[in-house]
Amino acid sequence: MKYSYFPGCSSEATGKTYDMSAKAVCEKLGVELVEIDDWNCCGATSYFSARELLSFAISARNLAIAEQMGPEDVVCTCNSCWTILAKTNAYMAESPHLAEEVNDALAQIGKSYSGSLKVRHIAEVLINDIGVEAIAEKATRRLTGIKVAPYYGCQFTRPMGGDWDDFEFPKILDGLFEALGATVVPYVMRSKCCGGTMMLTAPEGALKMCHDLLQCAVDDQADAIVCACPLCEMSLEGYQPRVNSKFGTSFNIPVMYFTQLVGYALGCDPKDLGLDKQIVSVDKVLASVPA
Amino acid sequence: MAESTNGEPRIGVYVCDCGTNIAGKVDVPAVVEFAGSLPHVAVAREYKYMCSDPGQEIIQKDIKEMGIDRVVVAACSPTMHEPTFRKAVQSAGLNQFLFQMANIREHDSWVTEDPVEATEKAKHIIDAAVHRVVFQEPLEAIEVPMNSDVLVVGGGIAGIEAALKMADAGHTVHLVERDPSIGGHMAQFDKTFPTLDCSACILTPKMSAVGKHPNIKLHTYSEVTEVDGYVGNFKVKVNKKARYVDIDKCTGCMLCTEQCVVAKVPNEFNESLDNRRAAYIPFPQAVPLRATIDPERCLQLTRGKCKQTCVEACGPGAIDFEQKDELVELEVGAIIITTGYQTFDNERIARYGYGQLPDVISSLEFERISNASGPTGGEIVCKNGEKPRSVAILHCVGSRDENYNEYCSRVCCMYSLKFSHLIKEHLPETEVYQCYIDMRCFGKGYEEFYKRLMNEGVVFIRGRAAEVTAASKRQAETEGKLLVTVEDTLLGVVRHLPVDMVILSSALQAQPDAKEVAQLFGFGCSSAGFYIERHPKLEPVSTVTDGIFIAGCCQGPKDIPDTVAQAGAAAAGALALVDNRTVKIEPTISYIDPEKCSGCHICVGLCPHNAIVYDAELDAAQVIEAACKGCGVCVSACGSNVPVQRGFTDEQIFAEIEGALA
Amino acid sequence: MAELTTTAQKKHLHEVFCKDVMSMPEGSKIKQCQQCGACSGSCPTGYLMDRGPREVIAAFRAGMIDEILKGNTIWMCTSCYSCTVRCPADIRITDLMYELKRLAIKYDLIPRDAKAPALTKYFIDSVQKHGRNHETEMLSKFMATKDWSLGPKFGVMGMKLFAAGRMPLTATDIKGKDEIRKLAEYVESKEVAVP
Repeated sequence: MKYSYFPGCSSEATGKTYDMSAKAVCEKLGVELVEIDDWNCCGATSYFSARELLSFAISARNLAIAEQMGPEDVVCTCNSCWTILAKTNAYMAESPHLAEEVNDALAQIGKSYSGSLKVRHIAEVLINDIGVEAIAEKATRRLTGIKVAPYYGCQFTRPMGGDWDDFEFPKILDGLFEALGATVVPYVMRSKCCGGTMMLTAPEGALKMCHDLLQCAVDDQADAIVCACPLCEMSLEGYQPRVNSKFGTSFNIPVMYFTQLVGYALGCDPKDLGLDKQIVSVDKVLASVPA
Repeated sequence: MAESTNGEPRIGVYVCDCGTNIAGKVDVPAVVEFAGSLPHVAVAREYKYMCSDPGQEIIQKDIKEMGIDRVVVAACSPTMHEPTFRKAVQSAGLNQFLFQMANIREHDSWVTEDPVEATEKAKHIIDAAVHRVVFQEPLEAIEVPMNSDVLVVGGGIAGIEAALKMADAGHTVHLVERDPSIGGHMAQFDKTFPTLDCSACILTPKMSAVGKHPNIKLHTYSEVTEVDGYVGNFKVKVNKKARYVDIDKCTGCMLCTEQCVVAKVPNEFNESLDNRRAAYIPFPQAVPLRATIDPERCLQLTRGKCKQTCVEACGPGAIDFEQKDELVELEVGAIIITTGYQTFDNERIARYGYGQLPDVISSLEFERISNASGPTGGEIVCKNGEKPRSVAILHCVGSRDENYNEYCSRVCCMYSLKFSHLIKEHLPETEVYQCYIDMRCFGKGYEEFYKRLMNEGVVFIRGRAAEVTAASKRQAETEGKLLVTVEDTLLGVVRHLPVDMVILSSALQAQPDAKEVAQLFGFGCSSAGFYIERHPKLEPVSTVTDGIFIAGCCQGPKDIPDTVAQAGAAAAGALALVDNRTVKIEPTISYIDPEKCSGCHICVGLCPHNAIVYDAELDAAQVIEAACKGCGVCVSACGSNVPVQRGFTDEQIFAEIEGALA
Repeated sequence: MAELTTTAQKKHLHEVFCKDVMSMPEGSKIKQCQQCGACSGSCPTGYLMDRGPREVIAAFRAGMIDEILKGNTIWMCTSCYSCTVRCPADIRITDLMYELKRLAIKYDLIPRDAKAPALTKYFIDSVQKHGRNHETEMLSKFMATKDWSLGPKFGVMGMKLFAAGRMPLTATDIKGKDEIRKLAEYVESKEVAVP
């Protein structure tokens, strides 16, 4: 199976281990990720906050290149990249006027996008195209004994993913981790916002949101939180010390990308998954996996 | 009386302004002038309201004085006023089928933006009608005997009311109910708003009257599977599901229901809050008070092996595991559909926690909890058995929401007020919150009831609840509570209400099989699944199929007073038909000339109404006039073009097309 | 921050908002708001906002959209889309927030204490320069201009990320970075200037 892969800017920095582990998992599962040639930033929330047409246009530049490369679905790892690219795709399909405006802009750089592609999240691709059972069959390590809090993040299905999982209570990753032997805790805050976009600009709010998410995982007695978005991962992992100093807590809970833990179950080398690059050590969690 | 001198038709064209409905868009004088120029048109006139008495008199006068022998009225839809003008023409001495209606309102002025285009379109529509009417022939309505029996489908309060009305009028009424007992949702309710009458107290006398009425034939645990025929002569097949109990022998003693070994069957009547057995009577006031054996749960019926304690317990020997479904054929003159509603599936709104948080309950669950004959004996308690010290009632769950149902369910505001009252009555110290968007208390005595509840100390918060969560274990004061997050929109403040119980005021929805039922009986459903009445104001309980009526929540959400009023109206509509000895049916049916028919049988097999038989003596197919519905299948199927559909001959239709394209 | 002093200015701003919203996909649904508050009740940062999302639409109805821009509301929106997916009237509230942010930037109506616009600017600067967002560059610019205290607060975490290779010092430039510039120039040339 082949896909056009959109890694997103974080893949070169804070989200590097998401990129590494996603690629490692796909290789194990025989999924070919062909990186979109010379891709650019999706535009994220920033471009939408400044220039509407430009945000659609730079987002659509990626889709235009992907469309030229082939008819394969575009796959994103980052929730936010998925939200922006899928939204661009959907809005252009909904509004012929917008599609025309965007294509007028793309024409300036010799490109065009006809709207033929699908934009998908890697979690949904692995589960719906490869299948939970097929993944579990290939696993060489059982995650027995690990209690996982699946943190999907706010933009996991929003606003365009209502057809593949619930907006409020997504659950496709639950089944995957259960099939791999892990225990999935209820984690009712699974789709609440981490506040990542305002960590620098309004930290008092963002840290409260992180605190509540960490507290919920601890209350559920989770051994680790798995994420599907680099911003979520960064907020929950990187800001634990600041949450602790602000709220007087002592959180030290491992936070991973779901692909890291899936990759570990599939027998990938922990180094290839970037498991040595986490800020909160994941060694204790991995050590509890039966050999 | 002036007459046409040369045998040529003399057509009168009458163009209606319909106030400004037509004249506001269409240039009527220009259209009249155009119509006057068409071949055979002897007169063309404009009038403000053709359907009014003076309007009709213009046509009648022309028929009598000018020898007009064909009439075209260009006005609204024929479903609106065709009968009016046919009668007018007939009473002036002209055969009513020498009249044609041209719809320049629904088909033109209402849906065309540009006045010039609308005027042109009106001309084409009238041209088509004028061309057609030339070839129309006088036809005589066919009169057939009327069956005076009636069928009511659905035994809730609407069906009960309609059945009793018609049975009291002396007609035999067949009442078909899917469940083992009649009573419907109303049997589950505790009190009824705004008067707070006990639901059972006012319903059970009616249920029992149905059970005892000599004119009512009750078919419970039964479903209609086939409907054929037409007004006055419907043929209906009803599947009486096997209840594995001989209803004539059973005395309703309930011994089998106590002895049955299968004890853990969710009790539908109590909204699955407790269990019943596989042998059961849904509730003590059931009509008929007869046992049913649940074929999906009975061990004997599912595995072929059981101690059969029920058989042992049954004195009269009523239990019969060999019983089979039985197909009953009924013939009736009119049908009333009262199939009711289902409530919204609360689990679809995950953020309210229904199905996850035990003390988030549905409105029907609360009805059962507050009911003295319910699973808690009328004690309002949480799942842990304790009395709630605070309750939040969330309005509009699944209503007024484009993600679920766009419409207002009409009854939730009022039943939520009723719930508040019942809580305050049982537990005066308990705090009650109502999270509402708009209080819709529009009925008689409803606003007064709202005011009464305000005085009883209920807290009204204007806002649609955002979510319900379990309060954190870390905060002692709210531990174990549910937190309702809602913006108090009048204050602009988001509140987190700690409560012990949350009641979801669930939307009323069409039955899951509403579309199939509508198709079975031959009328339409709205996109939400509610049955469409013939006219929203003037024929609210009729359907497009003559002789079939609707009443109650199957037509749209409504409360008990409105349901009962509709049931009465539907009964009156049905009685107005079946009290006649005969029924006139449209003569626009098919005719087969035996001289031309080769007797190939093709049409015999294709006729969907079994209205064509092969006559061996004539060696030709023949149409049974009373059974033919004029659908035209035989006309299009015949290889030799023999069947003719009266009123829709090839000549007439081609002329109409020619006129439209002219 | 510029201030809207005359009624005419306020009216103009309101008209621009309405026109933009109506041209957005499904934008006209703003007219069918029930003022039910599901959005405000669902907003994770609503408690930090001067006015919640529901009041944004109330202000639209009242012709007083400038009232919203005076406060911090739009700069507290995290784009989590909770309001959008829950709205019973199908109003894409997150998109309305974006529209208001754009207007605030365009008309220079940013409250003095709002820091989000600066971050937005540095993000866009980085992408315009490299074609991708260079997180480290964006962060350092933001710290330098808006919040010095962030340095020590993030110091330890930054070091850890740097050590793990998750905070590169150099940016990756895409080959087509000129194309990003051209797109921006083109879009700018199409926009109506502020009167």
